[in-house]
Amino acid sequence: MNECLLRLHDERFELEDYQSGVPRWCSGCGDNAILAAVQKLCRDESLHPEKTVFVSGIGCSSRFPHYMKTYGFHGIHGRALPIAEGVRMARPDLHVFVNTGDGDCCSIGAAHWVHAVRYNMDLTVLLHDNEIYGLTKKQASPTSPRGTRSNTTPRGAHLEALNPLTVTLGIQNVSFVAQAVDWIPEVLYQIVKAAFHHKGFSFVRILQRCPEWLPELFEPYVKDPRKTLLLKHKDGLQLSEAIARTYSNNREHDPASLAAAREMATQVDPIPVGILYRNEAVPCYEDLRRTTKVRTADLIRSGLEAEFDKFTVWPCTRN
Amino acid sequence: MKKIETLREHIVEVISDSGEGAQRCGQSLGSIAARMGNGIWTVEIIPAEIRPPARSVAGASGIRIRIGAGPVTNGGDLTDLVVAFNEQVLLGRVRAGELKRGCTILLESMWREHKDPIVKSNFLETLKGLGAAGYRVREIPMDAECRKLGLAPERGKNMFALGMLCSIYSLDLQLGREQIALAFGKKDRKVVESNVKLLDAGHAWAEANLDFKYRIPAQAPTEPKIVVNGNTALALGVLASGMEICAMYPITPATSASHYLADVFEKVGGVVHQAEDEIAACTFAIGASYAGKCAVTITSGPGYSLKQEAIGLAVMAEIPLVVVNVQRGGPSTGQPTKAEQGDLLAAMFGSHGDAPKVVMAASTIEDCFYSVITARKIAETFNMVVVVLTDANLATSQQPFPRPQFDPAWIAPPADQSAVPEGVQPDDWEAATGLARRFIPGQPRGMHALTGLAHDRASHVAYDPQINEEGMHFRSLKLAALQKTLKAAPIHGDAEGDVLVIGWGSTKGAIEEAVDGLRAEGARVSSMHLRFLQPLPPGIGEAMKRFKKVITIEANWCDRPGDELIDENNRRYSALALLLRARYLLDVDCWSEVKGQPIKPSSIQQVVRDKLAHASEAVTS
Repeated sequence: MNECLLRLHDERFELEDYQSGVPRWCSGCGDNAILAAVQKLCRDESLHPEKTVFVSGIGCSSRFPHYMKTYGFHGIHGRALPIAEGVRMARPDLHVFVNTGDGDCCSIGAAHWVHAVRYNMDLTVLLHDNEIYGLTKKQASPTSPRGTRSNTTPRGAHLEALNPLTVTLGIQNVSFVAQAVDWIPEVLYQIVKAAFHHKGFSFVRILQRCPEWLPELFEPYVKDPRKTLLLKHKDGLQLSEAIARTYSNNREHDPASLAAAREMATQVDPIPVGILYRNEAVPCYEDLRRTTKVRTADLIRSGLEAEFDKFTVWPCTRN
Repeated sequence: MKKIETLREHIVEVISDSGEGAQRCGQSLGSIAARMGNGIWTVEIIPAEIRPPARSVAGASGIRIRIGAGPVTNGGDLTDLVVAFNEQVLLGRVRAGELKRGCTILLESMWREHKDPIVKSNFLETLKGLGAAGYRVREIPMDAECRKLGLAPERGKNMFALGMLCSIYSLDLQLGREQIALAFGKKDRKVVESNVKLLDAGHAWAEANLDFKYRIPAQAPTEPKIVVNGNTALALGVLASGMEICAMYPITPATSASHYLADVFEKVGGVVHQAEDEIAACTFAIGASYAGKCAVTITSGPGYSLKQEAIGLAVMAEIPLVVVNVQRGGPSTGQPTKAEQGDLLAAMFGSHGDAPKVVMAASTIEDCFYSVITARKIAETFNMVVVVLTDANLATSQQPFPRPQFDPAWIAPPADQSAVPEGVQPDDWEAATGLARRFIPGQPRGMHALTGLAHDRASHVAYDPQINEEGMHFRSLKLAALQKTLKAAPIHGDAEGDVLVIGWGSTKGAIEEAVDGLRAEGARVSSMHLRFLQPLPPGIGEAMKRFKKVITIEANWCDRPGDELIDENNRRYSALALLLRARYLLDVDCWSEVKGQPIKPSSIQQVVRDKLAHASEAVTS
């Protein structure tokens, strides 16, 4: 009885219901902003903590599940996506989020990233992209801009940075791509929310400051709002008056157009922020693969017996 | 009327170029004999390439069928009768030393009149050589006879050969017709009809033209049996275990298990996920298991190596997981289609750090089926990784076993979604066993962050060295807890004697046959076959002490004691011998063969005879 009453009560949650421990990220780290946006999302969407799973790989950002009071799985480097796919395939009733970094997703786990886009499973994927390896102490990542000085590139990164947006938008079955920045929390929240509501693989690249290793990297963008290009649309980001006033560099962008999204994704300065692409029509792999059959012992038994029948040698009664 | 010679057993091979259907012919022969009540064992002979050049010695593709009056447990020694579609593939088997002296060869004769003079002369030359070597060669106009029926010989020669073999071994032709209907049942009736026509023609031709005929007495079967190869048995085991997700990546020789599973799993609501790579296959399975649906990943050696880090995660996070490794020749790409038992130590000690996991090995086709069911159960009871080892020999061999009686206890219970009791922590290791309740997403009050980092009972990252040691202790303790539940491995033969042979995996049939043969000669030899390799069952040490000598027979490398450089300071032992020496402090010897072929009973007998000679020396000196 009490349990039942309690449940009715539980339908509304507070931020505290999602907060677990004090994050051990550096002060000023962009991960804190992402955590705040996600906890707010969970509360606003009344996500049952026991029905919500955060899966991560390895890296600063992958500590994320430890700071959520939901289920979490802090896995191994690069493999957050296939772990999350397994969770999703097994359990359509759960909300599954993935926290991954630029090293985790775009380097050691790059093969999984490409295929995860193609599977288009219903996952909300947050790419915490600070353009540097943090936990291992300042090595160039695939998204580090050319010339970035790091412990493995003391004279500057040799190669042009990989662009996670163009890569994702180039893969068959892409269904949701957005870009956010940690220093505009209101917009970050709106984008994460849209990603959560998208049925399919929602990929959000979040540019994120690393005050420890690359404190200057995003400073010009943080200081000068004109270096951010906000993408607005009735089916995309909707700007509040305050935001529109501050970020006057904004334009219409229809997320329905893949060609427009691909073109927008190539832009680096100003940084495009918003929903670049969304297509609700792409089927999800789990829906293509899962049957609606209820797996009872009888179903398994009859399936098994039918298979045994194919291979059975019955006692021969002829002779 | 021909004289019918009664045999105790015969080994038959059908050898062809790839794609000529020799394997289907042999499998059908095996099934027919099994239905008659004979014991059978079939072994596929698989070239490394899909389409090796036609008429090449290295391209020999086919099948060996051992038919016996009683139960047959392995592929046996040398071949008594071969049907060969050309003389070059036949030479492949001759050179491999697989044919018995004086063995009967039924050779396609079309090459004698071939328009290419080189083909013609190769054929005639080989024929001469075979005759000189004492083989009993019969030329058979298989091609011409198929053409007489107006049917394409390249598609139908195999069924003509099946008809001949039915006649030679006095098998019921009607069973042959039924077998064809079963094998081609998915195709249209015309295909079945023309194949039956070929079967009948082959039978009639052999009746009219061959001057020999055999009969291998059969005991009419009293119970239904199923005839499948080891990989199909594995897949059926997955079905029967109640697991619902199998994540895999294509690799030889494991893949055929997933092919079959892919065909049938969906009918019972299961999913075969072909992942983008081996690591993804393993982590996908881990994700599914974590979410409450214990999953399986099926692979072979190189794929197993790739999964190692992920397996360590499952060990650390105590996620139940079944990993099947259908072993092949290694290291590296090695011998993809050949049998070897080279992965035992990798299975036990693989992944970095101390990663205790359960290792089982299937030793028969039937075992392939039941091992998966047992593995799933152990995985979920102990929240552990269970590795099931089979090999390329079991993967493609067929042997009938009693049709399993379905037991609802095989099936995994549905994921627990009840609220976790107040005060219970995610890693509340029980002091006596190391076991902790598994928290499954969806369970109220169970929320925590599972992690591959060292962690305390609350699943919080451990920075305290004591906590790390506690976790290590309890993860290890679970193996001991499982060990206490294991039964002693039975001894085949007397409980004491001169030599005890110990083996694991697919060598069981050959070892026991060798031991039976030696015992019939009066030798005091017994054998023991291990199903659990980690933990080891009780009683092994005591059993070994009751024999003068102990030797393992394994298909993995050990240094040969006869080698000039090799002595007791540097000899590398076979995997099981190394383990037994380390655990029981006894002088366990080993003998191994890594030729990629199943070890033959006769080879084992020779080894044991040598050992016996030394055993009596040891006693008399």
